[in-house]
Amino acid sequence: MKRISFLFSCLYLGATAVQAESVAVTRLLKTYKSQGATTASRDQGKIMWQKQYSGKSPFNTRSCASCHETDLKQSGKHVKTKKVIKPMAPSVNPERLTDIKEIEKWFRRNCKWTLGRECSPAEKASLLTYISQQ
Amino acid sequence: MKKLSAITMVLLVGIFGINTACSDDDWEDRIRYSTGVKLLENPVYKKECGDCHMAYHPGLLPAASWQKLMAGLEDHFDDNAELDKELAQQITQFLLDNSADKSDYRRSRHFRNMAREKVVIRITELPYFIHEHDEIPARLVSGNKEVNSFSHCNACHKKAEQASFREHDIFIPGYGKWDD
Ligand code: HEC
Ligand code: HEC
Ligand code: HEC
Repeated sequence: MKRISFLFSCLYLGATAVQAESVAVTRLLKTYKSQGATTASRDQGKIMWQKQYSGKSPFNTRSCASCHETDLKQSGKHVKTKKVIKPMAPSVNPERLTDIKEIEKWFRRNCKWTLGRECSPAEKASLLTYISQQ
Repeated sequence: MKKLSAITMVLLVGIFGINTACSDDDWEDRIRYSTGVKLLENPVYKKECGDCHMAYHPGLLPAASWQKLMAGLEDHFDDNAELDKELAQQITQFLLDNSADKSDYRRSRHFRNMAREKVVIRITELPYFIHEHDEIPARLVSGNKEVNSFSHCNACHKKAEQASFREHDIFIPGYGKWDD
């Protein structure tokens, strides 16, 4: 009996861990919607991810893939410090997109660095949709 | 009587346990004391300042440098490392409390010295750092894909993350052990 309930609690923990991932994404998408993001498009997110933006030297062209790779299942490398960045795709790195504060912090920093400005709620919604499906 | 010997046993084990633990730590500490800076466990610092590079130990820069660096995270060496106010404050306090001027580790006593005219925010621009590294040719650093820049301490100092910089643990990628 003890063993069975132990098993159950493990299963339960496992289930919540899997669920937690989509909870952060779902909640954040809802927030973006309340901020005016009416359309969240996976394709739009993909285009944004790969687009080359111009910036100041020495990084005259910049994109999300500068540090994260075009294939989100691959490890990236920080363009300046060369530190390895673990894959962004939740399918190979389940720790991704599980913490709302963390996602928001990096969206703010990385949009400013890459696009030269903050991303709009609609842009973030598209990016999040794209990344979460990798 | 039985009770007494049990107590003695406990005491003995206790003393032994503490003793061995102590001497290990002492040994590590002594080495670090002379060749490194203080190692501090701070998960928040490691998380917030260790994503883009090794989280630099507080004892590697004087307080004035940390203060200036933390006031400009939005433009952080051409990157953006901004934090919300509360976190930034918390981390600044940690850095100031443990900066090179507050530490009596031998290396920190060197790292606290700044050229007087201006406050630098790079460890790699401190006079002591430049002095220690001026014999290393550029081809092993900027011309070396696996090192890239002096800021990448742990590329050469294999125990940099453990706050130890002793010569024994230096290995320059593509070159090898450093014997001078
Ligand atoms: C200059 C390098 C760099 C660029 C360019 C960059 N990022 Fe990042 N990004 C990072 C680093 C470093 C981290 C944190 C490291 C880690 O979590 O492993 C990160 C983390 C993230 C995270 C947090 C994911 C999580 O839940 O852990 C998201 C989301 C993200 N980036 C999105 C983007 C998007 C979208 C772009 C393009 C607009 C972009 N990044 C461009 C360096 C970069
Ligand atoms: C978004 C990425 C990122 C984050 C987050 C970040 N840094 Fe940096 N940091 C950099 C880059 C890029 C450099 C420049 C590296 C180079 O020149 O090779 C740098 C350099 C430094 C240096 C100078 C190293 C030298 O050359 O002597 C210090 C000190 C430093 N960072 C401290 C911090 C602290 C403290 C934090 C946390 C509040 C932090 N960094 C967070 C990207 C980041
Ligand atoms: C290219 C490889 C390389 C990088 C990167 C590098 N160092 Fe060094 N460092 C050396 C070498 C080699 C020496 C020994 C120089 C000598 O004694 O001739 C040294 C010496 C030192 C010493 C003196 C050690 C002693 O006991 O004499 C300290 C402290 C130190 N480095 C700290 C740092 C810090 C902090 C960083 C990053 C900000 C860094 N180093 C980056 C190669 C490197």
